[in-house]
Amino acid sequence: MSKIPDAEILLPKLVAELKARIAPATAMIGLYTGGAWLAERLHPLLGLKDPLGLMDVAFYRDDYAQQGLKHDPKRTKIPFDVEGREILLVDDVLYTGRTVRAAMNELFDYGRPKSISLVVLADRGGRQLPIGAQYCGAQVEVAEGMRLRLKRTASGKLSLEIERAE
Amino acid sequence: MQNNPQLNANGELQHLLSIEGLPRQILVQILDTAVPFAGLTEREVKKVPLLRGKSVFNLFFEASTRTRTTFEIAAKRLSADVINLNVAVSSQSKGESLLDTVANLSAMQADIFVVRHGSSGAPYLIARQVKPHEHVINAGDGRHAHPTQGLLDLYTIRHYKKDFTGLTVAIVGDVLHSRVARSLIHGLTTLGVPEVRVIGPQTLLPAGVESLGVRVFHDMRTGLKDCDVVVMLRLQHERMNGALLPSAQEFFKHYGLTADKLALAKPDAIVMHPGPMNRGVEIDSSVADGPHSVILPQVTFGIAVRMAVMSIVAGN
Repeated sequence: MSKIPDAEILLPKLVAELKARIAPATAMIGLYTGGAWLAERLHPLLGLKDPLGLMDVAFYRDDYAQQGLKHDPKRTKIPFDVEGREILLVDDVLYTGRTVRAAMNELFDYGRPKSISLVVLADRGGRQLPIGAQYCGAQVEVAEGMRLRLKRTASGKLSLEIERAE
Repeated sequence: MQNNPQLNANGELQHLLSIEGLPRQILVQILDTAVPFAGLTEREVKKVPLLRGKSVFNLFFEASTRTRTTFEIAAKRLSADVINLNVAVSSQSKGESLLDTVANLSAMQADIFVVRHGSSGAPYLIARQVKPHEHVINAGDGRHAHPTQGLLDLYTIRHYKKDFTGLTVAIVGDVLHSRVARSLIHGLTTLGVPEVRVIGPQTLLPAGVESLGVRVFHDMRTGLKDCDVVVMLRLQHERMNGALLPSAQEFFKHYGLTADKLALAKPDAIVMHPGPMNRGVEIDSSVADGPHSVILPQVTFGIAVRMAVMSIVAGN
Protein backbone atom coordinates (compact mmCIF):
# COMPACT_ATOMS: atom_id res chain seq x y z
CA MET A 1 0.00 0.00 0.00
CA SER A 2 1.34 3.43 -0.93
CA LYS A 3 1.95 6.08 1.69
CA ILE A 4 -0.98 8.45 2.28
CA PRO A 5 -0.02 11.90 1.00
CA ASP A 6 -0.25 14.99 3.20
CA ALA A 7 -3.33 17.01 2.21
CA GLU A 8 -1.70 20.27 3.29
CA ILE A 9 1.15 19.67 0.83
CA LEU A 10 -1.18 18.71 -2.02
CA LEU A 11 -3.28 21.83 -1.52
CA PRO A 12 -0.75 24.47 -2.78
CA LYS A 13 0.07 22.19 -5.73
CA LEU A 14 -3.61 22.18 -6.71
CA VAL A 15 -3.85 25.95 -6.25
CA ALA A 16 -0.88 26.54 -8.56
CA GLU A 17 -2.37 24.25 -11.21
CA LEU A 18 -5.81 25.87 -10.99
CA LYS A 19 -4.52 29.45 -10.94
CA ALA A 20 -3.08 29.10 -14.43
CA ARG A 21 -6.53 28.13 -15.75
CA ILE A 22 -8.85 30.62 -14.08
CA ALA A 23 -11.04 32.52 -16.57
CA PRO A 24 -13.61 35.28 -15.98
CA ALA A 25 -16.42 32.69 -16.25
CA THR A 26 -14.87 30.28 -13.72
CA ALA A 27 -16.89 29.48 -10.59
CA MET A 28 -16.46 26.83 -7.90
CA ILE A 29 -18.81 24.33 -6.24
CA GLY A 30 -17.73 22.05 -3.38
CA LEU A 31 -19.44 18.72 -2.66
CA TYR A 32 -20.41 17.98 0.94
CA THR A 33 -18.69 17.12 3.18
CA GLY A 34 -15.01 16.66 2.29
CA GLY A 35 -15.22 18.47 -1.05
CA ALA A 36 -16.80 21.46 0.66
CA TRP A 37 -13.89 21.62 3.14
CA LEU A 38 -11.37 21.47 0.30
CA ALA A 39 -13.28 24.07 -1.75
CA GLU A 40 -13.44 26.41 1.27
CA ARG A 41 -9.63 26.35 1.33
CA LEU A 42 -9.10 26.63 -2.45
CA HIS A 43 -11.70 29.29 -3.20
CA PRO A 44 -10.14 32.30 -1.40
CA LEU A 45 -6.74 31.56 -2.95
CA LEU A 46 -8.00 31.70 -6.54
CA GLY A 47 -9.56 35.16 -6.71
CA LEU A 48 -12.87 33.97 -8.14
CA LYS A 49 -15.43 36.76 -8.41
CA ASP A 50 -18.44 34.73 -7.23
CA PRO A 51 -18.90 33.25 -3.78
CA LEU A 52 -18.37 29.52 -3.35
CA GLY A 53 -21.27 27.17 -4.14
CA LEU A 54 -21.94 24.14 -1.92
CA MET A 55 -23.79 21.02 -3.01
CA ASP A 56 -25.23 17.95 -1.31
CA VAL A 57 -26.11 15.33 -3.92
CA ALA A 58 -28.39 13.32 -1.57
CA PHE A 59 -31.45 13.82 -3.80
CA TYR A 60 -29.57 12.66 -6.92
CA ARG A 61 -27.76 9.57 -5.65
CA ASP A 62 -28.28 6.33 -7.58
CA ASP A 63 -28.33 4.15 -4.45
CA TYR A 64 -31.55 5.60 -2.99
CA ALA A 65 -33.46 2.41 -3.80
CA GLN A 66 -30.89 0.35 -1.84
CA GLN A 67 -29.87 2.76 0.90
CA GLY A 68 -32.79 5.12 1.29
CA LEU A 69 -32.24 8.78 1.95
CA LYS A 70 -29.20 9.62 4.06
CA HIS A 71 -29.80 11.41 7.34
CA ASP A 72 -29.45 15.15 7.60
CA PRO A 73 -28.89 16.12 3.96
CA LYS A 74 -27.50 19.64 3.59
CA ARG A 75 -29.07 22.38 1.57
CA THR A 76 -27.40 22.95 -1.80
CA LYS A 77 -26.56 26.63 -2.19
CA ILE A 78 -25.30 27.97 -5.51
CA PRO A 79 -25.08 31.75 -5.13
CA PHE A 80 -24.48 32.47 -8.84
CA ASP A 81 -26.14 31.75 -12.17
CA VAL A 82 -24.74 28.47 -13.53
CA GLU A 83 -25.71 29.28 -17.12
CA GLY A 84 -22.64 29.64 -19.36
CA ARG A 85 -20.14 29.30 -16.50
CA GLU A 86 -16.96 27.23 -16.35
CA ILE A 87 -17.58 25.18 -13.23
CA LEU A 88 -14.86 23.73 -11.04
CA LEU A 89 -16.53 20.86 -9.19
CA VAL A 90 -14.52 20.02 -6.06
CA ASP A 91 -14.53 16.74 -4.16
CA ASP A 92 -12.07 15.23 -1.72
CA VAL A 93 -11.67 11.71 -3.12
CA LEU A 94 -12.55 10.32 -6.56
CA TYR A 95 -13.54 6.65 -6.40
CA THR A 96 -16.48 5.07 -8.26
CA GLY A 97 -17.51 8.32 -9.97
CA ARG A 98 -21.12 7.99 -8.78
CA THR A 99 -21.08 11.11 -6.61
CA VAL A 100 -19.74 13.15 -9.52
CA ARG A 101 -22.44 11.75 -11.80
CA ALA A 102 -25.08 12.79 -9.27
CA ALA A 103 -23.48 16.24 -8.89
CA MET A 104 -23.52 16.83 -12.66
CA ASN A 105 -27.20 15.90 -12.83
CA GLU A 106 -28.02 18.26 -9.98
CA LEU A 107 -25.95 21.05 -11.51
CA PHE A 108 -27.91 20.88 -14.76
CA ASP A 109 -31.12 21.53 -12.82
CA TYR A 110 -29.65 24.95 -12.05
CA GLY A 111 -28.75 25.78 -15.65
CA ARG A 112 -26.45 24.85 -18.51
CA PRO A 113 -22.81 25.45 -17.65
CA LYS A 114 -20.28 26.05 -20.44
CA SER A 115 -18.03 23.39 -18.95
CA ILE A 116 -17.48 21.33 -15.82
CA SER A 117 -14.03 20.31 -14.59
CA LEU A 118 -13.43 18.00 -11.67
CA VAL A 119 -10.94 18.91 -8.94
CA VAL A 120 -10.01 16.26 -6.37
CA LEU A 121 -7.39 15.94 -3.69
CA ALA A 122 -6.93 12.21 -4.31
CA ASP A 123 -7.88 9.62 -6.92
CA ARG A 124 -8.04 6.07 -5.55
CA GLY A 125 -9.06 4.39 -8.85
CA GLY A 126 -11.93 1.88 -8.88
CA ARG A 127 -14.09 3.82 -11.32
CA GLN A 128 -17.52 2.39 -12.19
CA LEU A 129 -18.44 5.24 -14.54
CA PRO A 130 -16.56 7.00 -17.37
CA ILE A 131 -15.49 9.95 -15.22
CA GLY A 132 -12.04 11.45 -14.68
CA ALA A 133 -10.51 14.33 -12.74
CA GLN A 134 -8.99 17.27 -14.64
CA TYR A 135 -7.13 18.41 -11.52
CA CYS A 136 -5.88 15.76 -9.11
CA GLY A 137 -3.59 16.18 -6.12
CA ALA A 138 -2.38 12.56 -5.97
CA GLN A 139 -3.09 8.98 -6.95
CA VAL A 140 -3.54 6.85 -3.84
CA GLU A 141 -3.74 3.08 -3.70
CA VAL A 142 -6.40 1.92 -1.26
CA ALA A 143 -7.21 -1.70 -0.47
CA GLU A 144 -10.67 -3.08 -1.19
CA GLY A 145 -13.01 -2.65 1.77
CA MET A 146 -11.11 0.38 2.99
CA ARG A 147 -12.18 3.95 2.68
CA LEU A 148 -10.05 7.01 1.93
CA ARG A 149 -11.53 10.17 3.35
CA LEU A 150 -10.69 13.72 4.22
CA LYS A 151 -10.66 14.81 7.85
CA ARG A 152 -10.63 18.33 9.22
CA THR A 153 -9.32 19.31 12.63
CA ALA A 154 -10.87 22.04 14.79
CA SER A 155 -8.15 24.43 13.55
CA GLY A 156 -9.13 23.71 9.93
CA LYS A 157 -6.13 21.51 9.04
CA LEU A 158 -6.96 18.89 6.40
CA SER A 159 -5.65 15.34 6.28
CA LEU A 160 -6.34 12.20 4.28
CA GLU A 161 -7.01 9.07 6.26
CA ILE A 162 -7.72 5.45 5.48
CA GLU A 163 -10.36 3.69 7.55
CA ARG A 164 -12.40 0.52 7.32
CA ALA A 165 -15.56 1.02 5.21
CA GLU A 166 -18.78 0.41 7.17
CA MET B 1 -49.40 -6.69 15.98
CA GLN B 2 -46.07 -5.01 16.55
CA ASN B 3 -45.78 -2.18 19.02
CA ASN B 4 -45.27 0.69 16.64
CA PRO B 5 -46.95 0.17 13.27
CA GLN B 6 -45.14 3.22 11.87
CA LEU B 7 -41.63 1.81 12.17
CA ASN B 8 -39.95 -1.08 10.35
CA ALA B 9 -37.78 -3.74 11.98
CA ASN B 10 -34.77 -1.36 11.91
CA GLY B 11 -36.73 1.35 13.73
CA GLU B 12 -36.99 3.45 10.57
CA LEU B 13 -40.11 5.25 9.39
CA GLN B 14 -42.23 2.85 7.31
CA HIS B 15 -45.56 4.70 7.47
CA LEU B 16 -46.45 8.11 8.85
CA LEU B 17 -49.70 7.64 10.75
CA SER B 18 -49.37 9.88 13.77
CA ILE B 19 -46.78 12.04 15.52
CA GLU B 20 -47.79 10.32 18.73
CA GLY B 21 -45.42 7.44 19.32
CA LEU B 22 -42.66 8.67 17.01
CA PRO B 23 -39.26 8.98 18.65
CA ARG B 24 -37.67 12.39 18.80
CA GLN B 25 -34.88 11.49 16.37
CA ILE B 26 -37.36 10.63 13.64
CA LEU B 27 -39.16 13.96 14.06
CA VAL B 28 -35.79 15.72 13.87
CA GLN B 29 -34.80 13.67 10.82
CA ILE B 30 -37.98 14.75 9.00
CA LEU B 31 -37.47 18.42 9.92
CA ASP B 32 -33.77 18.31 8.92
CA THR B 33 -34.58 16.63 5.61
CA ALA B 34 -37.21 19.25 4.80
CA VAL B 35 -34.59 22.04 4.95
CA PRO B 36 -32.83 21.19 1.64
CA PHE B 37 -36.21 20.49 0.03
CA ALA B 38 -37.35 24.00 1.01
CA GLY B 39 -34.26 25.29 -0.82
CA LEU B 40 -35.47 23.84 -4.15
CA THR B 41 -37.90 26.73 -4.60
CA GLU B 42 -34.94 28.96 -5.50
CA ARG B 43 -34.01 26.83 -8.49
CA GLU B 44 -34.90 26.93 -12.15
CA VAL B 45 -35.93 23.24 -12.00
CA LYS B 46 -37.87 22.59 -8.81
CA LYS B 47 -37.92 18.81 -9.16
CA VAL B 48 -35.51 16.18 -7.94
CA PRO B 49 -35.42 12.63 -9.34
CA LEU B 50 -35.74 10.70 -6.04
CA LEU B 51 -39.15 9.08 -6.62
CA ARG B 52 -38.91 8.70 -10.39
CA GLY B 53 -40.97 5.69 -11.45
CA LYS B 54 -42.88 5.53 -8.14
CA SER B 55 -46.63 5.96 -7.92
CA VAL B 56 -48.29 8.02 -5.23
CA PHE B 57 -52.02 7.47 -4.77
CA ASN B 58 -53.87 10.34 -3.12
CA LEU B 59 -56.75 8.51 -1.52
CA PHE B 60 -59.18 11.09 -0.19
CA PHE B 61 -62.33 9.70 1.41
CA GLU B 62 -63.05 13.16 2.77
CA ALA B 63 -62.98 16.39 0.80
CA SER B 64 -59.83 18.48 0.97
CA THR B 65 -58.35 20.84 -1.55
CA ARG B 66 -55.31 22.28 0.11
CA THR B 67 -53.89 19.16 1.71
CA ARG B 68 -54.45 17.07 -1.41
CA THR B 69 -52.87 19.74 -3.60
CA THR B 70 -49.80 20.13 -1.41
CA PHE B 71 -49.28 16.36 -1.36
CA GLU B 72 -49.67 16.33 -5.14
CA ILE B 73 -47.12 19.12 -5.59
CA ALA B 74 -44.73 17.43 -3.17
CA ALA B 75 -44.97 14.10 -5.01
CA LYS B 76 -44.51 15.76 -8.39
CA ARG B 77 -41.45 17.67 -7.19
CA LEU B 78 -40.01 14.28 -6.23
CA SER B 79 -40.74 13.12 -9.81
CA ALA B 80 -43.35 10.56 -8.71
CA ASP B 81 -46.48 9.86 -10.72
CA VAL B 82 -49.56 11.05 -8.84
CA ILE B 83 -52.99 9.55 -9.08
CA ASN B 84 -55.78 11.44 -7.32
CA LEU B 85 -58.81 9.53 -6.15
CA ASN B 86 -61.69 11.28 -4.48
CA VAL B 87 -63.47 8.33 -3.03
CA ALA B 88 -66.85 8.96 -1.50
CA VAL B 89 -68.13 6.05 0.53
CA SER B 90 -71.36 5.44 2.37
CA SER B 91 -70.87 5.11 6.09
CA GLN B 92 -72.16 1.53 6.27
CA SER B 93 -69.83 0.03 3.71
CA LYS B 94 -66.78 2.03 4.80
CA GLY B 95 -64.68 -0.71 6.38
CA GLU B 96 -65.08 -3.28 3.68
CA SER B 97 -64.78 -1.04 0.65
CA LEU B 98 -61.80 0.75 2.14
CA LEU B 99 -59.68 -2.40 2.18
CA ASP B 100 -61.03 -3.52 -1.18
CA THR B 101 -60.13 -0.17 -2.69
CA VAL B 102 -56.63 -0.43 -1.29
CA ALA B 103 -56.18 -4.01 -2.52
CA ASN B 104 -57.19 -2.88 -6.02
CA LEU B 105 -54.81 0.07 -6.02
CA SER B 106 -52.07 -2.14 -4.68
CA ALA B 107 -52.62 -4.40 -7.71
CA MET B 108 -51.95 -1.30 -9.83
CA GLN B 109 -48.41 -1.05 -8.36
CA ALA B 110 -48.79 1.69 -5.81
CA ASP B 111 -45.78 2.77 -3.75
CA ILE B 112 -47.26 5.38 -1.44
CA PHE B 113 -50.84 5.84 -0.27
CA VAL B 114 -51.73 9.28 1.02
CA VAL B 115 -54.94 8.73 2.96
CA ARG B 116 -57.52 11.20 4.26
CA HIS B 117 -60.47 9.58 5.98
CA GLY B 118 -63.34 10.73 8.17
CA SER B 119 -62.88 7.82 10.54
CA SER B 120 -60.09 7.83 13.11
CA GLY B 121 -57.76 4.91 12.56
CA ALA B 122 -58.53 4.25 8.89
CA PRO B 123 -54.88 4.78 7.81
CA TYR B 124 -53.79 2.24 10.46
CA LEU B 125 -56.16 -0.29 8.96
CA ILE B 126 -54.63 0.30 5.53
CA ALA B 127 -51.07 0.21 6.85
CA ARG B 128 -51.72 -3.25 8.26
CA GLN B 129 -52.99 -4.42 4.89
CA VAL B 130 -50.32 -3.14 2.49
CA LYS B 131 -47.28 -4.98 1.14
CA PRO B 132 -43.81 -4.36 2.59
CA HIS B 133 -42.75 -1.98 -0.19
CA GLU B 134 -45.90 0.11 0.14
CA HIS B 135 -46.11 3.07 2.47
CA VAL B 136 -49.05 4.86 4.04
CA ILE B 137 -49.10 8.54 4.94
CA ASN B 138 -51.97 9.81 7.04
CA ALA B 139 -53.36 13.05 5.59
CA GLY B 140 -55.94 13.39 8.36
CA ASP B 141 -58.14 10.76 9.99
CA GLY B 142 -61.27 11.79 11.86
CA ARG B 143 -60.47 13.71 15.01
CA HIS B 144 -57.38 11.63 15.55
CA ALA B 145 -54.30 12.93 13.74
CA HIS B 146 -52.96 15.03 10.90
CA PRO B 147 -49.24 14.37 11.25
CA THR B 148 -47.92 16.24 8.20
CA GLN B 149 -49.77 19.37 9.32
CA GLY B 150 -48.27 18.95 12.79
CA LEU B 151 -44.81 18.49 11.25
CA LEU B 152 -45.12 21.56 9.06
CA ASP B 153 -46.17 23.54 12.12
CA LEU B 154 -43.08 22.25 13.92
CA TYR B 155 -40.93 23.12 10.91
CA THR B 156 -42.38 26.65 10.85
CA ILE B 157 -41.75 27.12 14.57
CA ARG B 158 -38.16 25.89 14.24
CA HIS B 159 -37.62 28.10 11.18
CA TYR B 160 -38.58 31.27 13.07
CA LYS B 161 -37.58 30.38 16.63
CA LYS B 162 -34.53 28.14 15.91
CA ASP B 163 -34.88 26.14 19.12
CA PHE B 164 -37.80 24.48 20.87
CA THR B 165 -36.44 24.28 24.37
CA GLY B 166 -37.27 27.77 25.63
CA LEU B 167 -40.65 28.30 24.03
CA THR B 168 -44.17 28.92 25.20
CA VAL B 169 -46.69 27.83 22.60
CA ALA B 170 -50.44 28.46 22.79
CA ILE B 171 -53.00 26.54 20.75
CA VAL B 172 -56.28 28.43 20.64
CA GLY B 173 -59.87 27.52 19.83
CA ASP B 174 -61.63 24.30 18.92
CA VAL B 175 -59.13 21.77 20.25
CA LEU B 176 -61.88 19.19 20.72
CA HIS B 177 -62.51 18.62 17.02
CA SER B 178 -58.98 19.34 15.87
CA ARG B 179 -56.71 16.56 14.68
CA VAL B 180 -54.15 19.29 13.96
CA ALA B 181 -54.01 20.29 17.64
CA ARG B 182 -53.53 16.72 18.79
CA SER B 183 -50.65 16.08 16.37
CA LEU B 184 -49.00 19.37 17.22
CA ILE B 185 -49.22 18.86 21.00
CA HIS B 186 -47.47 15.48 20.69
CA GLY B 187 -44.79 16.97 18.48
CA LEU B 188 -44.13 19.97 20.72
CA THR B 189 -43.80 17.90 23.88
CA THR B 190 -41.59 15.32 22.14
CA LEU B 191 -39.25 18.06 20.91
CA GLY B 192 -38.92 19.54 24.38
CA VAL B 193 -41.16 22.64 24.36
CA PRO B 194 -41.40 23.41 28.10
CA GLU B 195 -44.82 25.05 28.01
CA VAL B 196 -47.69 24.13 25.71
CA ARG B 197 -50.99 25.87 26.45
CA VAL B 198 -54.43 25.25 25.11
CA ILE B 199 -56.91 28.09 25.24
CA GLY B 200 -60.62 27.69 24.60
CA PRO B 201 -64.08 27.34 26.11
CA GLN B 202 -64.62 24.23 28.22
CA THR B 203 -67.01 22.86 25.59
CA LEU B 204 -64.31 22.89 22.90
CA LEU B 205 -61.51 21.31 24.91
CA PRO B 206 -61.31 17.54 25.16
CA ALA B 207 -61.90 16.07 28.60
CA GLY B 208 -58.59 15.28 30.28
CA VAL B 209 -56.55 17.34 27.80
CA GLU B 210 -54.15 18.10 30.68
CA SER B 211 -52.92 14.53 30.46
CA LEU B 212 -51.22 15.43 27.15
CA GLY B 213 -48.88 17.70 29.10
CA VAL B 214 -50.55 21.03 28.40
CA ARG B 215 -51.73 23.92 30.57
CA VAL B 216 -55.38 24.79 30.12
CA PHE B 217 -56.70 28.34 29.93
CA HIS B 218 -60.25 29.50 29.38
CA ASP B 219 -59.35 33.17 29.28
CA MET B 220 -57.47 34.27 26.20
CA ARG B 221 -55.82 37.27 27.84
CA THR B 222 -54.12 35.26 30.56
CA GLY B 223 -53.38 32.37 28.19
CA LEU B 224 -51.60 34.49 25.58
CA LYS B 225 -49.35 36.25 28.06
CA ASP B 226 -45.67 35.97 27.03
CA CYS B 227 -46.27 33.38 24.32
CA ASP B 228 -43.67 32.91 21.56
CA VAL B 229 -46.02 31.09 19.23
CA VAL B 230 -49.80 31.38 18.84
CA VAL B 231 -51.52 28.65 16.84
CA MET B 232 -55.11 29.49 15.93
CA LEU B 233 -57.43 26.65 15.03
CA ARG B 234 -60.26 26.76 12.56
CA LEU B 235 -63.74 26.90 14.06
CA GLN B 236 -65.79 24.59 11.93
CA HIS B 237 -69.03 26.15 10.74
CA GLU B 238 -71.14 23.20 11.75
CA ARG B 239 -70.09 23.71 15.39
CA MET B 240 -71.00 27.37 15.53
CA ASN B 241 -74.71 27.23 16.09
CA GLY B 242 -74.90 23.95 17.93
CA ALA B 243 -74.99 23.35 21.63
CA LEU B 244 -71.25 23.94 21.99
CA LEU B 245 -71.26 27.62 21.13
CA PRO B 246 -73.77 30.46 21.20
CA SER B 247 -72.62 32.14 17.96
CA ALA B 248 -69.63 32.97 15.81
CA GLN B 249 -69.76 36.59 16.99
CA GLU B 250 -69.72 35.49 20.61
CA PHE B 251 -66.77 33.18 19.91
CA PHE B 252 -64.83 35.95 18.21
CA LYS B 253 -65.40 38.27 21.14
CA HIS B 254 -63.82 35.81 23.58
CA TYR B 255 -61.43 33.69 21.53
CA GLY B 256 -60.86 35.54 18.24
CA LEU B 257 -57.27 36.73 17.85
CA THR B 258 -57.18 40.51 17.57
CA ALA B 259 -54.22 42.87 17.59
CA ASP B 260 -54.87 43.95 21.17
CA LYS B 261 -55.01 40.37 22.46
CA LEU B 262 -51.89 39.47 20.48
CA ALA B 263 -50.10 42.40 22.14
CA LEU B 264 -50.08 40.32 25.36
CA ALA B 265 -47.81 37.74 23.72
CA LYS B 266 -44.09 38.38 23.23
CA PRO B 267 -43.27 41.25 20.83
CA ASP B 268 -41.72 38.81 18.35
CA ALA B 269 -44.48 36.20 18.63
CA ILE B 270 -45.52 34.38 15.47
CA VAL B 271 -49.13 33.61 14.56
CA MET B 272 -49.96 30.37 12.78
CA HIS B 273 -53.15 28.87 11.37
CA PRO B 274 -53.56 25.53 9.60
CA GLY B 275 -56.16 26.99 7.23
CA PRO B 276 -58.64 27.48 5.84
CA MET B 277 -59.27 30.40 8.16
CA ASN B 278 -62.50 32.12 9.06
CA ARG B 279 -61.68 35.80 9.22
CA GLY B 280 -63.70 37.50 11.91
CA VAL B 281 -64.43 34.19 13.67
CA GLU B 282 -61.17 32.86 15.08
CA ILE B 283 -58.82 35.52 13.69
CA ASP B 284 -59.10 39.18 12.81
CA SER B 285 -57.97 40.19 9.32
CA SER B 286 -55.49 42.71 10.70
CA VAL B 287 -53.70 39.85 12.49
CA ALA B 288 -54.01 37.32 9.67
CA ASP B 289 -52.36 39.79 7.28
CA GLY B 290 -50.17 41.45 9.92
CA PRO B 291 -46.44 41.34 10.60
CA HIS B 292 -46.67 38.45 13.11
CA SER B 293 -48.51 36.16 10.70
CA VAL B 294 -46.57 33.25 9.16
CA ILE B 295 -49.69 31.60 7.78
CA LEU B 296 -48.61 31.67 4.12
CA PRO B 297 -45.02 30.52 4.78
CA GLN B 298 -46.63 27.55 6.58
CA VAL B 299 -48.20 26.49 3.28
CA THR B 300 -44.86 26.74 1.45
CA PHE B 301 -43.02 24.81 4.17
CA GLY B 302 -45.77 22.19 4.04
CA ILE B 303 -44.64 21.12 0.59
CA ALA B 304 -41.03 20.66 1.72
CA VAL B 305 -42.13 18.71 4.81
CA ARG B 306 -44.32 16.38 2.72
CA MET B 307 -41.43 15.84 0.31
CA ALA B 308 -39.25 14.91 3.26
CA VAL B 309 -41.80 12.43 4.62
CA MET B 310 -42.40 10.77 1.25
CA SER B 311 -38.70 10.48 0.43
CA ILE B 312 -37.87 9.06 3.86
CA VAL B 313 -40.62 6.39 3.91
CA ALA B 314 -40.11 5.37 0.28
CA GLY B 315 -36.40 4.86 0.94
CA ASN B 316 -36.97 2.64 4.00
